[in-house]
Amino acid sequence: MQNEATKSNGSKDYLTIMIDNQTFGIPVLQVQDVLREQEVTRIPLASPEVAGSLNLRGRIVTAIDVRRRLGLSDRENGDISMSVVVEHKNELFSLIIDSVGDVLSLKNTNFEKTPGTLEQTWRDISSGIFQLQDNLLVVMDVSALLENINHAKNKLRL
Amino acid sequence: MDDLIIDFITETKESIEELDLDLVNLEKNPNDKDLLGKIFRLMHTIKGTCGFLSLPRLEKVAHHAENVLGRFRDGDLEVTAGYVTLIFESIDQIKFIVAEIEETGKEPEGGDAELIAKLDAAYEGKDVSGDASAVGESTSTPEEIVEESTEEKNIVINVQEKSLAPGEATMDELEAAFANAPGMEGIVNPADLASEDAKEEKPKPKKKKKKSKKAAAKKGDEKGSEPKKVPQKTLRVAVDVLEDLMAMVSELVLTRNQLLQIARTQGETEFSTPLQRLNHVVSELQEGVMATRMQPIGNAWAKLPRIIRDLSLELDKKIDFVMTGQETELDRQVLELIQDPLTHMVRNSGDHGIELPSDRVAAGKDETGTISLDAFHEGGHIIIKISDDGKGLAEDKIKTKILENGLATEEELEEMSSQQIQQFIFHAGLSTAEKVTSVSGRGVGMDVVRTNIEKIGGSIDLKSTEGKGSTFTIKIPLTLAIVSALIVEAENERFAIPQLSVRELVMISNHGDNRIEYIKGTPLFRLRDRLLPLVSLGSILGLSDKNTFDKVSETSNDPQNSDIRDKKDDGAEDKNLYLVIAQVGGYDFGIIVDRVFDTEEIVVKPVAQMLKDLTLFSGNTILGDGSVIMILDPNGIANATGNISAADDQEALQKAAIHTDNSTQKTSLLLFKVGGETLKAVPLSLVSRLENIKSNDVECSSGQMTVQYRGTLMPLTPFDSSVHIEDSEEKPVLVFADNDNSMGIIVDKIIDIIEEYVDIKLQSSQAGLLGSAIINGQATDVVDIAYFLKNIDQNWFKDSSNTPFVSEDEEDEEEDEYRKNSKGFKKRILLVDDSPFFRNMLTPLLSMAGYDVTTLEKPEDALKMCDDGVEFDIIISDIEMPDMDGFEFAEHIKDEDSKWHDTPLVALSSHATPKDIERGLKVGFNNYVAKFDRDTLLNTLSNMLVKAD
Repeated sequence: MQNEATKSNGSKDYLTIMIDNQTFGIPVLQVQDVLREQEVTRIPLASPEVAGSLNLRGRIVTAIDVRRRLGLSDRENGDISMSVVVEHKNELFSLIIDSVGDVLSLKNTNFEKTPGTLEQTWRDISSGIFQLQDNLLVVMDVSALLENINHAKNKLRL
Repeated sequence: MDDLIIDFITETKESIEELDLDLVNLEKNPNDKDLLGKIFRLMHTIKGTCGFLSLPRLEKVAHHAENVLGRFRDGDLEVTAGYVTLIFESIDQIKFIVAEIEETGKEPEGGDAELIAKLDAAYEGKDVSGDASAVGESTSTPEEIVEESTEEKNIVINVQEKSLAPGEATMDELEAAFANAPGMEGIVNPADLASEDAKEEKPKPKKKKKKSKKAAAKKGDEKGSEPKKVPQKTLRVAVDVLEDLMAMVSELVLTRNQLLQIARTQGETEFSTPLQRLNHVVSELQEGVMATRMQPIGNAWAKLPRIIRDLSLELDKKIDFVMTGQETELDRQVLELIQDPLTHMVRNSGDHGIELPSDRVAAGKDETGTISLDAFHEGGHIIIKISDDGKGLAEDKIKTKILENGLATEEELEEMSSQQIQQFIFHAGLSTAEKVTSVSGRGVGMDVVRTNIEKIGGSIDLKSTEGKGSTFTIKIPLTLAIVSALIVEAENERFAIPQLSVRELVMISNHGDNRIEYIKGTPLFRLRDRLLPLVSLGSILGLSDKNTFDKVSETSNDPQNSDIRDKKDDGAEDKNLYLVIAQVGGYDFGIIVDRVFDTEEIVVKPVAQMLKDLTLFSGNTILGDGSVIMILDPNGIANATGNISAADDQEALQKAAIHTDNSTQKTSLLLFKVGGETLKAVPLSLVSRLENIKSNDVECSSGQMTVQYRGTLMPLTPFDSSVHIEDSEEKPVLVFADNDNSMGIIVDKIIDIIEEYVDIKLQSSQAGLLGSAIINGQATDVVDIAYFLKNIDQNWFKDSSNTPFVSEDEEDEEEDEYRKNSKGFKKRILLVDDSPFFRNMLTPLLSMAGYDVTTLEKPEDALKMCDDGVEFDIIISDIEMPDMDGFEFAEHIKDEDSKWHDTPLVALSSHATPKDIERGLKVGFNNYVAKFDRDTLLNTLSNMLVKAD
């Protein structure tokens, strides 16, 4: 994955997304689609991070609420959201985030490892930090984000 | 010609054609075991089928050839060029006879004595080529013959292949010639003779054939006409192609549904007419593609009459087997999946159901029993009924078995209807056949049958009257690809319920007859004369914290009233609800939903991996309006309601959710008191019975307290020294039993039976206690029953005197190792033991030590898991088991190809003689532990796991 988007000048393209005023980046090659707010079907008993499922051109996509995944507060009612569709292990997932920004070409020279002081959940899903001019961009490790969604918590509500 | 013979010929020809290609390789590499095996199997099949179809000549050839090939295959005999020729000859002869049969419907006249003589000679290891030269006319040296003939053979093969290809010029000629020929018989006979000659002229039989082929136009050679003989009414298509087609059509149907949905809202537009047309075409296409997958169910039944016949001979029973509805068609995939269950059930009916003639006469029945098999369509399903007029299910025996296996308690049984009790035969390990016959009675079967049928979305039901007979009704969907589902709504969310499990819909209102009644808040519904348990979809899915009936029952539940009450209309609850009456394996229950929409054809799509263990859903799909909807799994809901399936539940969990954490499972515990105030707990599943025993009944024999119990002497022990039996006082006794052994522990008072999560907080140093756990908010000692068993009776489990194999060194170091497991990632243990007692005893022990335990009764099941790719960190197996013993199991596991090749394997046995240990280690056990020795077992496990890490 790491090398796919690496250009000859050593830079990589990232789609920037905003969640709770924090900028994240997803390697652009992993992004299949960017969607506006979608109607999702709730999946009862699934873990809170699973927002539901939706139909994307005949394929069933599982929607993940990234805010919940990151332990952030839910969006206020009326706040708009967007989704980024990614593929993971042959299944499609729609990551619900606040908004989508530009695609940035970032040089590896500005790349830093994830600081150890970051909250555990964030450390898990981040594969590093880019220093942008105005702010910092957290590179999102999509696999890690999707791997550890755990529904056991909710299972015993029966 | 008989259909069977036509099938046989088609198949045999296909196999031979396939072989022809490989035969060239055999030439190059005469000892190719795979190829030899392939030819061997072909011969074997031909031989077997011939016996059935009474084709003695072909059978004889195939039989002798099989003998020889068997020796080649086993490597007894080296395949020389001479033998290769012989193989060729045999195949050619078979081809020839097959062609004859195809032509005339019967075997050609004449014999194959020569070929058979050669085959027999080869079988004895003689040089056939020498024989051949003696028999044949040729004067060339054996080598030359071989070379020559094999060379010929290659050519012949090529010629034949060519002749098989359609559109070949010679073929056309042939056809023309054939059409012009005066009459079939006239042609066939001379050709017949000619080829007969050809056979005798070994080792060059083919040369003549080849010639005759060239001259085919004139002679009308039977080989040449071969491809025209089997009418090409059918075409073999790879199953994959059909599957793909079906998948595509399914998608098309969905898209069509979507379009229609849109069209409905649009009113009359210019698209309406073409859409109508599209609708029809798609429907027809769907039917057409479905039809390609349809096969008459009779195909799956073909073997059954024979099985019944053999069975009746073997068991000296007289059985009539009646089949109706063979022509009923169903999906190929479904057909394949039900074939084995059906065979099993019919066999069961013959073995268990039908009585011996003498018994039947004694019961006032006709000497001959009848098993009938019936299939028919009913509302999108296929119903298959298997009924017999035999002795029916013996409820008492089932009950005994249920108790033996600890599947339910006597009290529970008493509450059950006979239908519920009968349902237990679908439970693993419950066979009521008194003895194990070659046919059935090993306690596998009905559970597998049910699992298989449920796997394809079907259900199985059973009605049995003792003395009158049993009827099994299997209901299966016509096809698996597209199912029809009822769309319902609960708490504003829509769900699909497969129509198959929906029996009826009832609208309930707060007034009138159709109302829900409550017993202590539990909703029930009277459906005609039956009382149905109800679940609210909204609450079972966790959508509503307060489920519908809670709301109602709360408002009407003032304490003065009795527990049983009718629902009162309080105005706020004036909306109508619907009940979906669902049926799962004979268990009916009602699902309360808010609304019911229509039924829709849906394509079941699997849910995302991360949602896989939500057992209430079987999949999801996209509806006509484009929205995604979850498909409910009625089995899952039934399980969640905790009825009869409660017992299966645990097994199902163990099977399905191997990777889930078992420590979150509740354990039933029996709480009792001895001496002081501290509660003691023992897993209920270990306790066979509770008895009250009077002190007068207690006798002392050779220093051991005993009591006469159920015809034998049962040893007794007080739980500890604080328990005294005063005169004529009654004391509760916990009875533990395994097979013929039983023993009792005297305690002071039985407190309660509860279900709790057991998590041992404190390890105990006191003998006889596993440790302390918090149960019901109270510190409770969890009792180590094994300690008592060991102490009370040195002969309990036969081997207590044996020294455990594993030395106890390093114990200190490793002592706490197993505790550590409970913290990090749980180690997964597979425990295979046929005794439910031991399984029940060890499971809590191991879980408490922090392992994730999966138990299985049979090594066969374990191997299945192995094949399925389930992984364990360590496997513990009993040695003495029926069917497959531990040694054999170990051999399978330690096999090079096994996925568990590297998994440590511990033998757990009650007979650990040095010889056994040696044998165990030889077959691949890494360690050997005596059954009752918990410390050694736990230490061994942690030691081995540490090593493995």
